Amino acid sequence: MARLKTGDKAVSFTLKGIDDKQHSLKDYSGEYVVIIFSCNHCPYVQAWEDRMIKIQTDYVPKNVQLIAINSNDGIKVPDDNFSKMKERAREKRFNFPYLHDEDQKVATAYGAERTPEVFLFDSDLALQYHGTIDDNYDDPNGVKENYLRDALEATIAGRKVSLAETKPVGCTIKWK
Amino acid sequence: MVMEQKIHYCLSMRDLRKISFLYSDDCPSHHEALMRLRKIMDQEGVTVEIETINVKTNEEAIANRFRGSPTILIDGRDIDPSSSEGFGLACRAYRLEDGRISPLPSESMIRKALRGT
Repeated sequence: MARLKTGDKAVSFTLKGIDDKQHSLKDYSGEYVVIIFSCNHCPYVQAWEDRMIKIQTDYVPKNVQLIAINSNDGIKVPDDNFSKMKERAREKRFNFPYLHDEDQKVATAYGAERTPEVFLFDSDLALQYHGTIDDNYDDPNGVKENYLRDALEATIAGRKVSLAETKPVGCTIKWK
Repeated sequence: MVMEQKIHYCLSMRDLRKISFLYSDDCPSHHEALMRLRKIMDQEGVTVEIETINVKTNEEAIANRFRGSPTILIDGRDIDPSSSEGFGLACRAYRLEDGRISPLPSESMIRKALRGT
């Protein structure tokens, strides 16, 4: 269960991205921020990855910034180490920052447990939605409930998100 | 031709001795995968009992030829013999016919494996 509750403020962080630059949450102040705990190796992430890219593309004009954070132990799962993150981002042409939470402090602070696991914050960085991306990891054409997109639409319109919490579906975060 | 195929499938089914379904609690797709396996078995008229194994350690994964959750073995043979996944405790990535990755094997992958084609 996530440590953050709806309405809680985002926990600040500064993490190294695959561009070798430091990225801080404050760099995105004033934007709607979607933080997704992610990784390379997990098939649930791989199944949703193209949808993550599409969401970022679709919501750029609406001032939405998606940030992917990999907190997995790169020793336990070599496919998730920093150099593999760079490869994956290049291969998939990520259009969002992909950050390395090497000491796993950010995942711990957010109470994240799975990959992918979504936290959507409004422009005041208050949590509006937490959970999964949609209701069908297996088939993008079979999606019936677009939880994240619906939450984004409500948040951007200043409405209350009708379903602010869903169960994250994916691999467990690989702790040190 | 259709009749010949049916005869071939029936013979293959009759030869089936063991279906093993291996999973890890950490990977949520196993419920749906087991339902999918049962559905395809029903459709194909396969009545062999499914042996389910909850894999909890890497040692068990190696001993049971577990390439990630879920893994389906038909008479000891993985339903996706082309998989490059090694044995170990992980969630399984299946490459589908259209190139997508999914945590679930496709219906056609299971069907082909049951038919031995």
